[in-house]
Amino acid sequence: MTNMAVADDMEEMRAEPLPKAGSRRKPTPIVPQRNVAGTALAIVIGIMTFLSCLTLGAVSLVRDSASRWEVQIASEATIQIKPVDDLDMEAALQKAATIAKGYAGVTETRIIDRDATARLLEPWLGDGLDLDQLPVPRLVIVKIDKQSPPDFTGLRIALSDAIPTASLDDHRTWVDRLVAMAHTTVAIGFAVLALMLVATVLSVVFATRGAMSGNNGIIEVLHFVGAEGRYIAQQFRQHFLLNGFRGAAAGGLAAALAFVGFSFWSLRNMATPEGDQASALFGTFAIGINGYLGVLLIVLLVSFLTAATSHVTVLAYLSDLDGKQRGES
Amino acid sequence: MEPGGHCFDRFHFNGCRYPKVIRFENVGLRYGMGPEILRDVSFSIPQRSFQFLSGPSGAGKTSLLRLLFLSLKPTRGLINVFGRDRTSISRADLPLFRRRIGIVFQDFRLLDHMTTYENVGLPLRVRGRSEASYRGDVIELLKWVGLGDRMHAMPPVLSGGEKQRVAIARALIEQPEILLADEPTGNVDPPLARRLLRLFIELNRLGTAVVIATHDLALMEQVDARRMILSDGRLDIHD
Repeated sequence: MTNMAVADDMEEMRAEPLPKAGSRRKPTPIVPQRNVAGTALAIVIGIMTFLSCLTLGAVSLVRDSASRWEVQIASEATIQIKPVDDLDMEAALQKAATIAKGYAGVTETRIIDRDATARLLEPWLGDGLDLDQLPVPRLVIVKIDKQSPPDFTGLRIALSDAIPTASLDDHRTWVDRLVAMAHTTVAIGFAVLALMLVATVLSVVFATRGAMSGNNGIIEVLHFVGAEGRYIAQQFRQHFLLNGFRGAAAGGLAAALAFVGFSFWSLRNMATPEGDQASALFGTFAIGINGYLGVLLIVLLVSFLTAATSHVTVLAYLSDLDGKQRGES
Repeated sequence: MEPGGHCFDRFHFNGCRYPKVIRFENVGLRYGMGPEILRDVSFSIPQRSFQFLSGPSGAGKTSLLRLLFLSLKPTRGLINVFGRDRTSISRADLPLFRRRIGIVFQDFRLLDHMTTYENVGLPLRVRGRSEASYRGDVIELLKWVGLGDRMHAMPPVLSGGEKQRVAIARALIEQPEILLADEPTGNVDPPLARRLLRLFIELNRLGTAVVIATHDLALMEQVDARRMILSDGRLDIHD
């Protein structure tokens, strides 16, 4: 079209200079890079990813701690000897230790001596305690090979035969309760994580659809200029994948930093009473490589979800534009 | 003025020497279970023809334009587009047909975050053409519509008339065989409306069939062109 008559007829304002010949610049993205809805979406995604990752980390921490408690307690048993008249307690302790050592699966025995026993009772009975004045039971700690534990029933009978007031506590009842509690805690943790992930998925889907609604005008324009549906969907998918990844990565990074911070705090406070109490429950607060891989997985999942939602939303909108009005037929 | 040249002057339904671009036969349209918006609409748009589509507000002008643009499917009747039955065109093929139809809206529908130049080049960009391959065409077209020195301006700073000319240029960049304009002068003052009309006439002289939907009688009186009047869902044609 070279006819300039029309141009000559137009007497509109002239303000822009002619572009320089051969000047090039990067083409503007078809979907605007930044807008209010996009920023809000990235923030929502970031927050939900952060909370999901924290939940995942907490579940991972509880699961690791529970299995550690289980293993630690299952690796010990205790022989208790109650004092009675005419019982030589020291000889009975030695005898019990010897019997226990004779069983396969017992790796070590340790008699809690008088001083250690007094220290154990000190918080309740005060210092300067004379054990001879009180009928205090004495203990022998039996270390157990976790891979091949001893025959507890046989050991229990052997001890009762040799020392009538001796009893063997293999912590089975305590361990069973602890295992049940730990499993319940982990199950609750996974349920919370599942709820959190569902909430994240729904938030991301609805936030993405909200952000997409502001782009309907762009979809319509692309549709009217003859763009194919897959081209339009690709433009939005790329945009929302990047936007979603940005938000999710920020949330995941914040969660990872929080875990590193907890771990650092726990290491710094190891020698203090609070630190000891916390580390007794949760170890070093480290979530381990699996925890960090989980965080990465959540980040990727959320990004994928954002892109997939935008893709589906675009295709649904295009389907409407392409004349779905024949619903009656 | 004689828009459409010989075809326009001698145009009769079956007497035009140019082949038909689009043909409607007994077309009816309803939305969902609602009343029929269009009833037994029959007409054809020959190549290089020029016509106004008019009627009161709510008469179905926009719906008819959407049918012409293949954005709607008729509830009944036959629509033939570039020799193909509308019902035989798959959704995947629709963009290929739409590229042969340019469309201009009253509200311009420009992308505000893109320059004038980028808006006009958009139809070619979405087809995967490199910018270098269409740069010259876009610049030439922008000069043709009188916006050669506004090509790096963003739509929000353009006047209504300039925006409409950008929209027209965008609709023409792929050299469509037919241009549909929905109230193209609705947002501009009368002098600029006359200038835009001259732009459409010039375009028609260069070979593009033009359909302008408008209820602006003053605009229609300026051109001795075919008038298609929609009323109560029925179409009357005044050649």
